[in-house]
Amino acid sequence: MTPRRKRLVLVLGIIAGVSIAGALALSAFRQSVTFFFDPTQVTAGEVPAGERFRLGGMVTKGSVQRAPGSLEVRFVVTDFKHDIPVSYTGVLPDLFREGQGVVAHGRMSGATFVADEVLAKHDEKYMPPEVAKSLKKRQGETAAPGGA
Amino acid sequence: MLPELGHFALILAMLLAALQAFFGIAGPALGRDRWTAAVTPAVAGQFVMVATAVACLIASFVANDFSVTYIAENSNSALPLFYRVAAMWGAHEGSLLLWIFLLGCWTVAVAIGVSKLPARFAARVLGVLGVVSFGFLLFTLATSNPFLRLDPPAPDGRDLNPILQDFALAIHPPILYTGYVGFAVAFAFACAAMLEGRMDQMWARWTRPWTTSAWAFLSVGIALGSWWAYYELGWGGYWFWDPVENASFMPWLVGTALIHSLAVTDKRGLFKSWTLLLAVLAFSLSLLGTFLVRSGVLVSVHSFAADPTRGIFILAFLIVMIGGALTLYAWRAPLLKSQAGFDLGARESFLLFNNILLVIGAATVFGGTMAPLIADALGLGTLSVGTPYFNPTFMLSMLPLLALLSLGVHAKWKRGQLSAARRILLTTLVIAAIAGVIIVFGVYSHGKVLSPVAATLGVWIILSSLVDPVDRLRRKLSLPRSVIGMSVAHIGLGLFVLSVTTVESFTLERDVALGQGERTSVGNYEFRFEGVKSIEGPNYNGVEGKVTVTRHGVPTSVVYPQKRQYWVQRQVTTEAAIEMHHGSNVFVALGDELGAGKWSVRFQIRPLVNFLWLGAFIMAVGGAIAATDRRYRVAREAVTTVPVATPGVAGGASHATPGQFREECPGPTLSGRMPAQEEAG
Repeated sequence: MTPRRKRLVLVLGIIAGVSIAGALALSAFRQSVTFFFDPTQVTAGEVPAGERFRLGGMVTKGSVQRAPGSLEVRFVVTDFKHDIPVSYTGVLPDLFREGQGVVAHGRMSGATFVADEVLAKHDEKYMPPEVAKSLKKRQGETAAPGGA
Repeated sequence: MLPELGHFALILAMLLAALQAFFGIAGPALGRDRWTAAVTPAVAGQFVMVATAVACLIASFVANDFSVTYIAENSNSALPLFYRVAAMWGAHEGSLLLWIFLLGCWTVAVAIGVSKLPARFAARVLGVLGVVSFGFLLFTLATSNPFLRLDPPAPDGRDLNPILQDFALAIHPPILYTGYVGFAVAFAFACAAMLEGRMDQMWARWTRPWTTSAWAFLSVGIALGSWWAYYELGWGGYWFWDPVENASFMPWLVGTALIHSLAVTDKRGLFKSWTLLLAVLAFSLSLLGTFLVRSGVLVSVHSFAADPTRGIFILAFLIVMIGGALTLYAWRAPLLKSQAGFDLGARESFLLFNNILLVIGAATVFGGTMAPLIADALGLGTLSVGTPYFNPTFMLSMLPLLALLSLGVHAKWKRGQLSAARRILLTTLVIAAIAGVIIVFGVYSHGKVLSPVAATLGVWIILSSLVDPVDRLRRKLSLPRSVIGMSVAHIGLGLFVLSVTTVESFTLERDVALGQGERTSVGNYEFRFEGVKSIEGPNYNGVEGKVTVTRHGVPTSVVYPQKRQYWVQRQVTTEAAIEMHHGSNVFVALGDELGAGKWSVRFQIRPLVNFLWLGAFIMAVGGAIAATDRRYRVAREAVTTVPVATPGVAGGASHATPGQFREECPGPTLSGRMPAQEEAG
């Protein structure tokens, strides 16, 4: 092979490799992305049926309940407009507390959100950023008609 | 007084950084030797000022001066002394100051290191570092000043976030930042080369030890963070593909590519413009990591709205630094033609593949990390990208990388013949495959499709890395540190790969509700919950569980997992109990009280997980060994002792011709100009 052809083969090989990797990455990406919804959006039926998503809001004070001795825990997530009951089986993260923000991964089962993962990653203000944003938006909706 | 002194020192440091940048860049460009000579004093002055500021802030932390806002927000009088010092870098403002201080340390080290290099080049390196330092100082003073006073003073501080009150995490930021900032040195060398308009093999030899050291620090920093997440966060994971983690991992991947590409530039004078681009890229990603993690921009673009000045400043700074460097690159890189060729099977080809695969790996991580941000900015909804994306896509580029490693290590420069090494490669591969199969099916008896493949690759890398050093020892040949370092680092990688494989394939995990005296079994282990008692520490109280561990019916140990509540922030932390038995980590974490006398407890058995951090640490040790190779010292000294030597004489004659860029350095080459200035200075 001449050096020129060798280089051509090399470059074509690289391009092929990169595009295969890109295509696979894209398909993996489409399968693994989860979207965020707040209780108002869930109540409005914005979540495609059966899809796994992230639910975020505040844990309603006094809503955490468990059957004594059981790993299953139930609580209510609210954006102060709508409430969604959540059920989760497992060890709750350290940062989980009533009256604070939470993000849970899972699916709707009837009217209950069945979580398979409850997230503990908050910023230093103990508020997941998506939740802060959603609450701000919902608050704005209350304030706007009131102000008019 | 102390905070004001620190504030003042920081302002002086900024002015000195501006002088350092100006003299370092304008001096050589305009040929004013006295300006050029003024750079080193500016470096020294700036460092003294920054060190003063850091000392003032730490002293104020130690003295519990809650009239300083930053201290009131991140410390407390009940906080132990060690954490009061570490609290200095516990949040955004202080970590920026730490960054600047570490940059100062690197700059001083570089100033000493480059004192034997051509004065113009040395000045340019220090000048570029001055630009970086100036930008950071300006940012700190304008938007994130840690010395601002609080009026009236707080009676007590709001405490350091309890999960940060931990030894590994206290030392994690300084080490990680040393790595991040170290890439500024490679960046400065690259910019200086582009400003000069010439770059030879000597350049690569000067740059290599700095880059390798930075990379080693970054490796240790990331490993420490991962280890901390494993034992402190209470879920027993070691990597979550969290934006914060990815932000440190991307510069590491590109930095790894850079140290390999530098090897080619050093030995063969090839890949020049690619090396420059990687140096710019590695530092850009470090900048992105530093800024975006601590300022929260990475989590959501809406953080920009929360603090617009900070966000806009960050954007402007990134655009100036990265944009400036890339413009310089676009202008200068085409001049840096590499002339030598190489065969497809030569070591150069393998290093090229190494680079391509590492950059693809970094790009997939970048895509997954940035996608939520981009979607958010475009109003496509709030999405998150997790492990199901990162694991397969990242593995896609890493598996071929690992498979090619052993071949590349044994390939010859320039000529594509593996025949000499074919037998030993085949032998080690067969042994590795047998070992891999034994590990996957013999020891652990189950596994996923890729488990035996990955285990084989891990063992193969370790075995084939041993071949060259052992061979040299047997034939009584010299064993330079660069060879030892490379082998050690690759062995570390092999261990790491093996560990990730066993952990990902064979981890056992169970969350159970247990009352006093109840038992549960996980794998070969049986756990008996003996109940809890209350405990009290210096700034927290909590409960401590007692769990008896038996393996195959034989009692092995008693462990005490804790759940703590810190007084000031009322935050709960989990202190998991972790013990190693037969290579596996037994992890027991106490969950919540469930009522009816029961507690939720998490049990995890992770085989060989310690090799993961050990492997990363060994990689770093390998880097440290390689960085101290004699060649680099010789390369530095060669310039002064042989004044008119053609750079790169030691490496062969196949590199670009010197004196290519006449518009930039007219007349004699740089090394020729040097001695006169040395005498003048």
